[in-house]
Amino acid sequence: MTDIEPDKTVDARGAACPGPLMDLIGAIRGADSGAVIRLLSDNEQSRTDVPEWAEEAGNELLAVEEGDDHTAFYVEKA
Amino acid sequence: MTERVVIVGGGTGGSVLANDLADRLESKLDAGDVEVTLVNDGPDHVYKPVWLYVPFGQRETADGRRRLDELVDDAVDLRIDRVTDIDTEAEQLGFSDGPTMGYDHLVLATGSTLRPERVPGLAEGGYNYYSESGATDLREELLEFTEGELVLSVVGTPHMCPAAPLEFVFMADDWFRQRGLREDVDITYTYPIQRVHGNPHIAEWARPIMDERGIEVETFFNAESVDPEAETITSMEGTELDYDLLVSIPPHGGIDLIEEAGLGDDGWVDVNKHTLEAEAAENVYALGDTAATGVPNAGSVAHYQAGVVGRRLASEIRGRPATATYDGKTLCFIETGMDAASYVEFDYENPPAPAPPSRKLHWSKLAYNESYWLTARGLL
Repeated sequence: MTDIEPDKTVDARGAACPGPLMDLIGAIRGADSGAVIRLLSDNEQSRTDVPEWAEEAGNELLAVEEGDDHTAFYVEKA
Repeated sequence: MTERVVIVGGGTGGSVLANDLADRLESKLDAGDVEVTLVNDGPDHVYKPVWLYVPFGQRETADGRRRLDELVDDAVDLRIDRVTDIDTEAEQLGFSDGPTMGYDHLVLATGSTLRPERVPGLAEGGYNYYSESGATDLREELLEFTEGELVLSVVGTPHMCPAAPLEFVFMADDWFRQRGLREDVDITYTYPIQRVHGNPHIAEWARPIMDERGIEVETFFNAESVDPEAETITSMEGTELDYDLLVSIPPHGGIDLIEEAGLGDDGWVDVNKHTLEAEAAENVYALGDTAATGVPNAGSVAHYQAGVVGRRLASEIRGRPATATYDGKTLCFIETGMDAASYVEFDYENPPAPAPPSRKLHWSKLAYNESYWLTARGLL
């Protein structure tokens, strides 16, 4: 379990690809630099989509946490 | 006691549902046991797929408009008014012009709205074919455009008709070739994620066609701002593109009333994706773009979902269990040029497999566009 305190959580569980990634991008768009967004996704594709986009956009993927029925991604806006 | 069904939104979903219920509940409507009211904020029904053809001079925006009172069964009460309040506790709607209205069953089919203001400079610097005025403005610009950089940027998803951005660049490529201008026009397509379409199967099919035709691709491009003076578009990922003509798919949202009513974020209603029932309120359905199901915002989806909601409502009104469910069925023609098209059909379980492009499919699409009015009437 991570002890990172997110500034905002985006619950995209149940959303089909690319919904979770687009929800994350939308949250990052409206966040301040340094803010941490937690994305909850149960879409398999998010495991590759989120890290790839975070790297491309220069944001940092701080942690990935596996839950019973979803994955939590913690992304810090550059 | 009369059961009141109120449908908000007279687009494909709302119109098909109103006509479906008029047919399915004919005897109950005749007896006064049921009332069906369709509310729309204007007198016309608009068939938006026509707009794709307007910039290329192939259709007029008027081809996509018909009066609702000519399309909707006389047994349906048509109310031209704007809903200003949705109270799901009191099961009541407020209006801008007329008195409030109670309901026993509410269906929200309010569709998408364009939100270009979410990206600074986009409204001033970009054109689009996602509105009547946008399509005609783009036509004027495109007819004058003989050389330079044409950038098609998909700014956000979900947006109406996920295939339409691909169709536009395929059609533009062919259109400029036919006019002998293609060598003087560069076409660049941008998409927010790491492939050219949200659906991986459609992306895998489309990408080689784009490469063959020399359509440049920028993926992971989430537009952050547009500078209309400098004619540049910049992404969150740090890429800047020059353009001479920018065609965008603007950010979309639903209507604010839905969020205010606590039914979902950004104007989309959270629903059970099989039953289309709202998660946050009783006796409320949503369909088409309005329902956050994860399937494409497309007319065929609204059409199929309207049939499901019609069957469910008819069962409920007859006091029987509602068993009809939506399986994610989506059907799209995809133009791949000015005289060829592909076709896909898929659902929650089965992915799309695009058909080889052909003239026959192109003509099928045009034929469907003409026969669409039978769909709106509930006949096809």
